[in-house]
Amino acid sequence: MALNIAYFAWVRERMGIAEEVVDVPPGIVNIGALVAWLAARDDRGALAFAEPQRIRAAIDGMMMGPGAPLSGAREVALFPPVTGG
Amino acid sequence: MIRVLVQPAAIDVAAELDLHDAGGHGASASFIGRVRGEGDLVELFLDHHPVMTEAGLADLAHAATDRWRLSALTLIHRVSAMESGDTIVLVLASSPHRAEALAACEFLIDRLKTDVMLWKRETFADGRAQWVEQREGDHGRAGRWDQA
Repeated sequence: MALNIAYFAWVRERMGIAEEVVDVPPGIVNIGALVAWLAARDDRGALAFAEPQRIRAAIDGMMMGPGAPLSGAREVALFPPVTGG
Repeated sequence: MIRVLVQPAAIDVAAELDLHDAGGHGASASFIGRVRGEGDLVELFLDHHPVMTEAGLADLAHAATDRWRLSALTLIHRVSAMESGDTIVLVLASSPHRAEALAACEFLIDRLKTDVMLWKRETFADGRAQWVEQREGDHGRAGRWDQA
C-alpha cells in the first residue's frame, strides 16, 4: 500500500526529510504499527521514533490515536506534541 | 467578518487594524504577541502543518464567534523564521460591547497555546538549538474555558 507520510518539528529533523511516499507492508494496519515499522526500518527512523509515546499523528488532517487504521488513508502526519503559538 | 491567516511574512499590524476597523465597531480588543529575546535568542522558528494549522485557527475563530457576539475577528499567526521583537501573533476582536470583545480576545490567546498545530524551535547565539516542550501552565489557562 502506497502512503504519503509527512514529518514535522524534531521528527522531521531526525528523519532528514519533510515527507516521503512509502510502500507499507501488508501487516502494518494502524498508526502504532506504522511508527514501530519506521523505527525498525533504518537509523533515522530509530532516532525519530525511539519514544513512540511522544509521537502524535493525523490521518488526512484529523488527529488520530495509535490504534487508528491506515486503510483508506492518503496522508499520515507524524509529529511531537504541539507547543502552540 | 472573520479573517484567519497563517503566514511566513511579517504581520502588518497597522494595515490589519485598518482592515478590521472598516466596519466601525463599538468595542475592539487587541492582543499582539512578540518574540521575546531571552537568553541570547537569535532565531525563533515555528514549524506548521500546511493545512491543519490554519484549519485549527479557523476552528478557534468559529468557537469564539459561537460563544460571543462578535462583529469582526482577526486572527493572524506568523510561522517560519523570526527574530526577537517580531510580531508572532495578532488577535483583534470586536463587538458592540467591551466585555465580549475582551473575553473573546483572552479566550483566543489561551487556546492558541494548546490547540494549534505549531512547534517552536529556539536557536541561540552559541549555535545551540532546541525544540520547545509542551508547557503544563498553558494547558491550565486553556482549560479554564471548558468549565465556563
